[in-house]
Amino acid sequence: MTEQWNITLRIYRQKENEAPHFDNFKMEVNPDEYVLDAVERAWAFHDRTICFRHACHHSTCGACGMRVNGVEKLTCITLIRDVTKNGATLKVEPLRNFPVVSDLAVDMGPFYRKMEAVGARPVLPVTEAEIENPPAKWDTDDAQYIRLSDCIECGLCISACPVMATTPEYLGPAPLAAAQDNGIKRKPELLSIVDCEDGVWRCHSVFECTAVCPSFVDPARRIMDLRKQVVGARVRKLFGKA
Amino acid sequence: MNNTRNQPSARKFWSWFMPVGRQAGSWAFALNRITAIGLTFYLFLHLGVLSLLAQGPGAYDDFLVLTENPFIKLGELAVVAAAILHGLNGIRIILTSFGVGVTRQKQLFYGFMLISVLVILIFTARMY
Repeated sequence: MTEQWNITLRIYRQKENEAPHFDNFKMEVNPDEYVLDAVERAWAFHDRTICFRHACHHSTCGACGMRVNGVEKLTCITLIRDVTKNGATLKVEPLRNFPVVSDLAVDMGPFYRKMEAVGARPVLPVTEAEIENPPAKWDTDDAQYIRLSDCIECGLCISACPVMATTPEYLGPAPLAAAQDNGIKRKPELLSIVDCEDGVWRCHSVFECTAVCPSFVDPARRIMDLRKQVVGARVRKLFGKA
Repeated sequence: MNNTRNQPSARKFWSWFMPVGRQAGSWAFALNRITAIGLTFYLFLHLGVLSLLAQGPGAYDDFLVLTENPFIKLGELAVVAAAILHGLNGIRIILTSFGVGVTRQKQLFYGFMLISVLVILIFTARMY
């Protein structure tokens, strides 16, 4: 028999020119359902005005990022069992550090523009990807094969970063990780974007970006690697080898 | 677009100190800021005390008598503890910032905090 839990889904609500508040929805759920299922149920059976973003339901589109009980989660792959218990409350809020469009939906525009500024690659040649157990040597024609980039641009890292909360100009974890993926040597024009006050040096090594990333991009490690690339470029410039 | 409540702002610095639901990196970040604020406050206090020397040896000696007060001693211990915590956490940040131990940053934090506690205990034993 399917296990059933009674939970209170507490959803952040904010419409244009209205003060933000929370609405509570008592519902019966299967704990092995996902948080997004509960939000959809609240929308379908309780309140059709709840606004939230979702699309693929399998952690590929990055649309359903929200804060679940205070922690950034991709709600389509977050089991209710893992974030609450029977009889308890499940609080769902929009991502931090993004303007709220309506309820749980935030404006990703500023974030996408930063990703575009660093030339984030949605796909890349398989020979340039960080993959598990790569071959000792790629064949020359392997470069024709491409794969999706690990980053699904969900924005969880932007929401989790405390530096991002106080510095809107900061590029942020995902764009810096995308810059590292491109590499300073391949795209020297990136140097002026990342080697500045609000670029790679603004990171304060909090590592929350890596902790919440649902796609194993490991932005913190990539930011540290990008710093090495920047220092390398500066040293080369010092010796006239730019 | 809705209000600016959810958008980044310098006034949201308090969120730096909200470690609920966060991991070791956030605790380390908050700890470094708290100890930095404490040490900065102490620096000004220290300069104020040193300025007593301008009023002659008597004024400074009168202050030194105060250092035997248990509350002042506790304050001194807090300064020592803040310096040790901030310094060792700073070494962790320097290491990870240049790619050393990035994937082991949590273990580095716990290790340095363990060393900090041991050193603080030694200082406590010597001061009291």
